[in-house]
Amino acid sequence: MAWNVISSPLMGEDEGEGMTKKAILALADGTVLEGRALGFEGEASGEVVFNTAMTGYQEILTDPSYKGQMVLMTCPHIGNYGISPEDNESRRTWAEGFIVNEASRRPSNWRSELSLHEYLAHHQIVGIEGIDTRFLTRHLRTHGSQAGIISHGAGVNGSPDDLVAKAKALPSISEQDLVETVTCNSTYEWNEGTGAWPQRLNASGQVDPVPARRFHVVVYDFGVKQNILRRLVDEGCTVTIVPASTTAETVRTLNPDGVFLSNGPGDPEGVSYAVPHIQALLGWRPIMGICLGHQVLGLALGLSAYKLKFGHHGANHPVMDLRSGKVEITSQNHNFAVRLPSAEEHKSLLETPWGSFQATHVSLNDQCLEGLVGTTVPVLSVQYHPEASPGPHDSSYLFNQFRTMMEQAHA
Amino acid sequence: MPKRTDLRRILLIGSGPIVIGQACEFDYSGTQACKTLKQEGYEVVLINSNPATIMTDPDLADRTYIEPITVEVVARILEQERPEALLPTMGGQTALNVTMRLHERGLLEKYNVQLIGANYEAINKAEDREAFKRAMHTIGVDTPLSRLIRNREDAMSFLEIVGFPAIVRPSFTLGGSGGNIAYNREEFERYVDWALLTSPVGEALIERSLIGWKEYELEVMRDLNDNVVIVCPIENFDAMGIHTGDSITVAPAMTLTDKEYQRMRDAAIRIIQEIGVDTGGSNIQFALNPANGEMIVIEMNPRVSRSSALASKATGFPIAKIAAKLAVGYTLDEITNDITKVTQASFEPTIDYVVVKIPRFAFEKFHGSNPILTTQMKSVGEAMALGRTFKEAFQKALRSLEIDRCGLISLNGLDQYLPGDELDSSLSERVRTAMQVAHPDRPWHIADGLRINISKDEIFAATHVDPWFLDQLEELVLFEQRLLNQARIHAREIAGGSMLDELFDSPAELELLKDAKRLGFSDQRLAQLLDVTPAAVRTFRRDHLPANDVTYSRVDTCAAEFEAFTPYLYSTYGHECEARPTDQEKVVILGGGPNRIGQGIEFDYCCVHATLALRELGIETIMVNCNPETVSTDYDTSDRLYFEPLVEEDVLNVMEVERPMGVVVQFGGQTPLKLALPLARAGIPILGTSPDAIDRAEDRERFSELITALGLRQPRNGAARSGEEAYAVASRVGYPVIVRPSYVLGGRAMQIVYDEQSLRQYIKTNIMTTAQYPLLIDQYLTDAIEVDVDAISDGVDVVVAGIMEHVEEAGIHSGDSACSLPPHSLPEDLIDLIRTQTVALARDLHVVGLMNVQFAVQGNEVFVLEVNPRASRTVPFVSKAIGVPLAKLAMKAMVGHSLRNLNFTDVPVTRHIAVKESVFPFTKLGNVDVLLGPEMRSTGEVMGIDQDFGWAFAKSQAAASLSLPQMGTIIMSVKDGDKPGTVDVAKRLQTLGFKLQATRGTAAYLLERGLDVESVNKVKEGRPHLVDHIKNRQAQLVVNTVGTASSHNDSLPIRREALQQNIPYFTTIQGIQAAVTAIEAMKKSSLTIKPLQDYHPV
Repeated sequence: MAWNVISSPLMGEDEGEGMTKKAILALADGTVLEGRALGFEGEASGEVVFNTAMTGYQEILTDPSYKGQMVLMTCPHIGNYGISPEDNESRRTWAEGFIVNEASRRPSNWRSELSLHEYLAHHQIVGIEGIDTRFLTRHLRTHGSQAGIISHGAGVNGSPDDLVAKAKALPSISEQDLVETVTCNSTYEWNEGTGAWPQRLNASGQVDPVPARRFHVVVYDFGVKQNILRRLVDEGCTVTIVPASTTAETVRTLNPDGVFLSNGPGDPEGVSYAVPHIQALLGWRPIMGICLGHQVLGLALGLSAYKLKFGHHGANHPVMDLRSGKVEITSQNHNFAVRLPSAEEHKSLLETPWGSFQATHVSLNDQCLEGLVGTTVPVLSVQYHPEASPGPHDSSYLFNQFRTMMEQAHA
Repeated sequence: MPKRTDLRRILLIGSGPIVIGQACEFDYSGTQACKTLKQEGYEVVLINSNPATIMTDPDLADRTYIEPITVEVVARILEQERPEALLPTMGGQTALNVTMRLHERGLLEKYNVQLIGANYEAINKAEDREAFKRAMHTIGVDTPLSRLIRNREDAMSFLEIVGFPAIVRPSFTLGGSGGNIAYNREEFERYVDWALLTSPVGEALIERSLIGWKEYELEVMRDLNDNVVIVCPIENFDAMGIHTGDSITVAPAMTLTDKEYQRMRDAAIRIIQEIGVDTGGSNIQFALNPANGEMIVIEMNPRVSRSSALASKATGFPIAKIAAKLAVGYTLDEITNDITKVTQASFEPTIDYVVVKIPRFAFEKFHGSNPILTTQMKSVGEAMALGRTFKEAFQKALRSLEIDRCGLISLNGLDQYLPGDELDSSLSERVRTAMQVAHPDRPWHIADGLRINISKDEIFAATHVDPWFLDQLEELVLFEQRLLNQARIHAREIAGGSMLDELFDSPAELELLKDAKRLGFSDQRLAQLLDVTPAAVRTFRRDHLPANDVTYSRVDTCAAEFEAFTPYLYSTYGHECEARPTDQEKVVILGGGPNRIGQGIEFDYCCVHATLALRELGIETIMVNCNPETVSTDYDTSDRLYFEPLVEEDVLNVMEVERPMGVVVQFGGQTPLKLALPLARAGIPILGTSPDAIDRAEDRERFSELITALGLRQPRNGAARSGEEAYAVASRVGYPVIVRPSYVLGGRAMQIVYDEQSLRQYIKTNIMTTAQYPLLIDQYLTDAIEVDVDAISDGVDVVVAGIMEHVEEAGIHSGDSACSLPPHSLPEDLIDLIRTQTVALARDLHVVGLMNVQFAVQGNEVFVLEVNPRASRTVPFVSKAIGVPLAKLAMKAMVGHSLRNLNFTDVPVTRHIAVKESVFPFTKLGNVDVLLGPEMRSTGEVMGIDQDFGWAFAKSQAAASLSLPQMGTIIMSVKDGDKPGTVDVAKRLQTLGFKLQATRGTAAYLLERGLDVESVNKVKEGRPHLVDHIKNRQAQLVVNTVGTASSHNDSLPIRREALQQNIPYFTTIQGIQAAVTAIEAMKKSSLTIKPLQDYHPV
């Protein structure tokens, strides 16, 4: 059992001076909360969003979709099980800042290699703890997500008022291209599956043997989570990841069996440059989209996107499959959503120049559109995260459906 | 899917009496189920033998049978009521078991009754160990590695696989007893040999030990559309090896990564699907190897459980209510979440606080019990607390237990210890030793270990408590030490000034006080550490930190993502208060806290009735309680629920936020009663009987004055502050005497002493007599009949609602004896006298509300033993027996309504007899004696109701799981004083056709009086002796009464064996007399059953 010797704020100033440093969180609307410094010493800014998942903080910190955002965890103890190398969702952390009620100094888990504090410090993430996260969540729920600043350490210059003013001056994440900063620079291959943490077990509870690598999938990297790639490998795919700006032509030359539109941060309008390429690929090969990928697909089909008041960020969101009436508990992380032209469209077909589409999934919490399928073209997309990580595996079957689409396209 | 329309009438089975392992949680689930099914338009037929439940209130179900939960009785109900369906998953193991037997005997088929919720195959698959194991293996979920072996060679070869420690169990022994844990080869071989010898089939099970693994529970809900949600993952603070009911448990799970949690969640979903529980809640337990994450499923309960109640209260997700809806065909997405009103039940709650449950034990009441926690559950109750951190919730839960510990106090005198202080090495050894033992005190010993700097690695090795939890405890200890350190520094500077002013004289130091409250320290604990009074801490905080006072947060199932409409609150020291008190006329009701012996479900019943009554009057109700099992802590029972410790600080906090017109302290037992004075001092109006009247009844001297003034009699008595004084008082009062220390409640350490020598012995073993707490000595009235009376008064009129004659003689705790309403043998003039005296007492005490009086009748003399101006344990029993909701009426009287206006001036005449019988936990606590005495030890009660005493008593016995024999052999061994009384019993038994056997003395006495009795050996007299006969089940009933202490020990094996073999036994002559009357009745006429609604037609 390894005990990481990092002193607790409870130990007193002489024993853990660095840890009792004050920190301030200032929001654009003038709310100022005082807490204790956590992680990297400095100042950070971004849109403050809350996430209600009770597990999975490491996956959240490394999810590129959080680019531009500071994440507030509603679960009151964060860091309990430390940091484990297998739990990263990308090569680095992306969240701009981290806001928690209480961070555990010493992790307890057999896989853990680092404490949360060490990890944040190492990845230069400015955090704050000792915040009444319930108060802040209620505040964001009522007043909507907004920009904020966390400040502590040597970098703090200025009063809370100055910080509020700075927060006010921050650009909105709407219409920004955050994808540009998170997408890969060049094409690369991926061949690692979920391994020891399989998500799809057959009726006997066994992992199905990984099917032969029958399909080649090109993944548009808008900020892809690695578990999407792992799930594709589980389904027997060889995976090529391409930058967000890749043209349809280039994709065609890679000659994939399917195209995947990944999750990613921010407003889909920010990646409108991908729209014509997606339009060019529609109908050519089966396409699957997740989250931002689903939204960009929506734009390509002529739908409009809108910003939610405080977004969906959590691991307990019920979504109904309109075809079967079954409910999936899903992992969600989005501030924007696409809207069908009218409410009735949930039931009827959506006709587009690229074929007919149908709403397949809807949120039971707020009736938000959660999934689409092409009835005349092999397209499947969902607003939520079937790759989970963190979150429930209820929707993992969607990857299987994508494989089936590719099989049918071959037949 | 909408609800089913092919069903009209549904039978619900309750769980019967409160026993260890089955407590109020099944009243909570049953009540929810009754309400829900009725709201959905179904007719509900209910059976439950426990009258102290809300579910058996006549307006909850359409047909309420307070009858024994046996196959015979339930079959009769099926025949009489013809329900189309039976919901077996709401009444614990009792309901499941009787349902299984009904199916196996073809009775469900015969009456064309469909099981809803879970069918026979699913229940069987979950309950049958082997079937469960097979099912788990088909879905790839691991179960503990085990193998059946028939010889030592096989055992040794399997040992290679499981390693040490290994569990060795003989197969097919009664009650699964006889498991051993082998830590080495020598032990292993010995246990295997023993097990093979013990097993009637020469077979033993070798099982891999999971001791020390982390333990988790998942509450799973499934609907007919195969939608599955997990309500809450719960993590045990105590590792595997301690029953989860006896473990401290925490929600949400604290040390699982998302990957581990999702793997567990996936397994839980596959398990509920494979077992085939159609709808409703199930509880699945997992063990996780802390070294490598290996996961094993331990068991599944295919029904609502204690953990479901806990998970419901922990998250706000009403599992039982939703399970009932799912059982009649709704799907999760069709049910709205009451709390948010906009979202559906098909989601998984997420919580932004921490919940800690701590069990409460009662080992001190059972001499001979073993206070070591094992896989056999032993706790009698539990307290739950919510806080923003584990530390806060944990400390709140500690004080919620009400065991005189205001927090993580030192049990080894280390409260003021600071590193560097001198430390006795024997003390540190003592702490080390204490830590090793899985005793209920272990968390406190761990804290002491941390205080004296025993490493967490060592503590982990000794306790297997996860390092994360140890860390939390350490943070508390370190904080205390920081505070103590500051206090010591300042102590040098103080010259007459206040410690608090000195200690917290800068903003930085005030931060320390703020932190203390955020960490959950009570004012009392801070006062203890700083050597000031709790009131001083409170006042200081109010004066110096007005902006950092307590706040209340809402339990909302969604971590504030949606607005919460349900006013379910817990205190914390946060940024904003969500209490939102109204300006309405409102009343606070204080609950009873954790169940314990002497204070259980009966008081929760009364509290719930108080809120129901106030609601009827349009007065807002506010409940304060910390027992997660109860109906009172259901969020829809009262207008606002504060889930808080029932101690002065936390209760006053609620009062200050709510500012009620009054507070009710007389319904929750001793817990709120103790708070009456501090509350009154704080200016909160106490509704009903005044605190002064309560004091007059409770204070010994004032009580004697009252008795004398009214011209009543009480047993001679006195108090003694020394041994010599005690002998003098006892000889003045006259032996035998009842002795007890004055400060204990509930009959603890109470004993009947027959002579001075025994009194000397008592004083020697109970060296608690101090000047402060004198020893109380009362005349013991021999051969007296005890009578319990419940009365109600509005301050003007008094109605004597129920007079109960005890079956056992006076001297046996009223909570432990059986009783009959109306009295079955007392003459009418004595009953009138008792009634008159009760009225006089109530008038003189100006009782407003309920009052309970205990009388003893010796010959024609009536003695007043005790007056309790509050709700008593018998209120629900009397209410059910006479068909009047006494607690409701009392509540209305307490807010100013007269009994006349309430139309209750007289008790309805009844033609039936109701018998209450007590239920004991003897089988679960080791080698304890079953003899009844002045110390209460029962956990629950049942009611038998019928036209005559015989049948009513017979039903009460059956309900308490004692099936009186109709034929066979009776073994008797009675003390000399009881021999004359035995003659009549023996004659009647002989007439009934029983064969009689008796030990030598008893046999000779009966032979002389012309009875046909066979003599059997006592244990000491050679074999075969009577214990052999009992073991061989050659006796169908055992009568054993004893006098002196030495005969107690000699005859203990008789009573223990009868208990183990589940052979009815009686330890008093009055008990066997009643039993014979019952057997006579059963032979004369056959069983009839009737619902409460027919006993008390509206």
